[in-house]
Amino acid sequence: MTYILVLEQILNGLQLGVMLFLMAAGLTLVFGVMGLINLAHGSLYMVGAFAAAAVAGWTGSFLLALIASLAAAAAAGALMELVVIRRLYRRDHLDQVLATFALILIFSEGTRWLFGSFPLFLDVPAYLSGPVSLPGGIEYPLYRLTIILIGLAIAAGLFLLIAKTRIGIQIRAGEADREMIAALGVDISKLYTLVFALGAALAGLAGALVGAIQSVQVGMGEPVLILAFVVIVIGGIGSIKGALAGALLVGLTDTLGGVFLPQLFVLFMEPASAASAGASLASMLIYILMAAILLVRPSGLYGGSA
Amino acid sequence: MKTIRMLAMAAAVPALAAAAQAETKIGMITTLSGGGAGLGVDVRDGFMLAIEQDGREGVEVVIEDDQRKPEAAVQIADRMIQSEKVDIMTGIIWSNLAMAVIPAATAQGVFYLSPNAGPSALAGKRCHENYFNVAWQNDNLHEAAGAYANDAGLKNSFILAPNYPAGQDALTGYKRMYKGELAGEIYTKLGQTDYAAEIAQIRASGADSVYFFLPGGMGISFLKQYAGSGVDLPVVGPAFSFDQGILQAVGDAALGVKNTSQWSKDLDNEANAEFVAAFQEKYGRLPSLYASQGFDTANLILSALDKAEVSDQDAFRAALKEADFASVRGDFKFGDNHHPVQNIYVREVIKEGDVYTNKIVATGLENHADAYAAECKM
Repeated sequence: MTYILVLEQILNGLQLGVMLFLMAAGLTLVFGVMGLINLAHGSLYMVGAFAAAAVAGWTGSFLLALIASLAAAAAAGALMELVVIRRLYRRDHLDQVLATFALILIFSEGTRWLFGSFPLFLDVPAYLSGPVSLPGGIEYPLYRLTIILIGLAIAAGLFLLIAKTRIGIQIRAGEADREMIAALGVDISKLYTLVFALGAALAGLAGALVGAIQSVQVGMGEPVLILAFVVIVIGGIGSIKGALAGALLVGLTDTLGGVFLPQLFVLFMEPASAASAGASLASMLIYILMAAILLVRPSGLYGGSA
Repeated sequence: MKTIRMLAMAAAVPALAAAAQAETKIGMITTLSGGGAGLGVDVRDGFMLAIEQDGREGVEVVIEDDQRKPEAAVQIADRMIQSEKVDIMTGIIWSNLAMAVIPAATAQGVFYLSPNAGPSALAGKRCHENYFNVAWQNDNLHEAAGAYANDAGLKNSFILAPNYPAGQDALTGYKRMYKGELAGEIYTKLGQTDYAAEIAQIRASGADSVYFFLPGGMGISFLKQYAGSGVDLPVVGPAFSFDQGILQAVGDAALGVKNTSQWSKDLDNEANAEFVAAFQEKYGRLPSLYASQGFDTANLILSALDKAEVSDQDAFRAALKEADFASVRGDFKFGDNHHPVQNIYVREVIKEGDVYTNKIVATGLENHADAYAAECKM
């Protein structure tokens, strides 16, 4: 065990964290502002990845692919809001879960219908591939480093948007009291569509960024969605700051736990069963973390008194 | 629920003689939607290609989608056996679904021919006279990889697989044959898509090679990330991460990787050449090993039907056991536990024009039977 390995794993945890943040930001905004549980958020992540893979296939440009992922996911999100989600705000959570689960199935089968059952190809562009040497002698993939930087830049942009702009004020007001801002003359339905499309675009971007180093396939969004829900519950529903803190915490816990727990178990077990038992416990770790945080702060790290 | 009913009658005038012949009903439950659909689609397409080529009357195939869910598979199987009265079942891709369906089906007197999953329990203690595996026992390809590692002079492998029964079978199979040291052994999460942490451990471990079993999307993710990490140790894997459907999504990252398979499109025999050409013509893509397994399964059933009626179970079982058909993998026979005894080859990923595919570079194991046959008391 060297410190280089530890530092590299911390970077890996950060990278997972910022990806989760891109997913969780949209989810927490939608939940906080509109009170809606959107299970189909993972489908938007998939839409982004497929749009990026298709555009990269046509044009060969990764930058265009990223723009396409933002546009396609935002468009899909806006459409979803206008056609289905809009009818769900006043219904209870069970109806929302049911309807958005149906959307998952529709998106998955629709995507298969368009693109077929086999995974698509999307690769890291040549100028971002390969490792770079960081100070301290760490060899780290340039692409992952880029993801971390993009994620942090987007987080900063979102904070500015929420804290400093007129739209941000409306979003925060919408979270606090829906009826009142409608009474003050804000076009609430337009605001909702906008927030939904913004969240969708971020999920789509996450899908495209990750799609380049993972596989672009139907159903890729659902595992991430579960983690994103854990993130927003830990961070406190509706809070962007909470989503960032939660995402980094989950990313680091998941990565470091997965690496170091099996090695810890080796100290008092035989290697094969230590690997298996350590891996099992590591995959439970983020849920244990969530339970522990909820015990101390029932509404999450940055949650209001809900 | 998608139901495709295919009467494999060539829509010609139904001959009167056919009315006297008993109809054979085959129930196929496979994965046609969700993340693992590519495998089920290939098995189905290979299977139906053989049925159509044969074109005989009196064989009906009922196809249903299990969505990769054990509970759905069990439900469909019950319906097929009890109300549709199928004689033969096939199609299941995943070992956990196979364990949920096959023992119940064979106990009710239905023949089950597995075109893919080969869990160790069904090869050993819980083997059944009506259960035949036409693909491989789960450990087989991994054993061949272990044997290949010895041949290639690899002495310090780093091995990883998902933490579920087939993953544990995989590493057990590899270690059964591999004689070198282990630089590390990791169980990853099933469905994991990010392998940065594992790749960092591989880099730090001082290994001379990597063996991994990560089927489907997991393998695509691992290979792309591995290629970008700057670690360039040789990689060995089973064919599941290098089949025709997946390779195009991995791209250059897979080039040169050695993988083990009982089938390859360049296997030199007549049945295989015809199969590859016919499959390509009908579906417009190259067949995968899953398609070859579906194709062999259908041909095995047809060869047994030539000799006996399904209703005469003992005769039909004996006809299946003979495996008197032209398998696309060349020589093929069943061991006493109704699992294949076959050659397993080592393939290398190459690029032919724009298409990524495999070519055979060595034979990993010859006439290989599984390790559980002795436990089977049939």
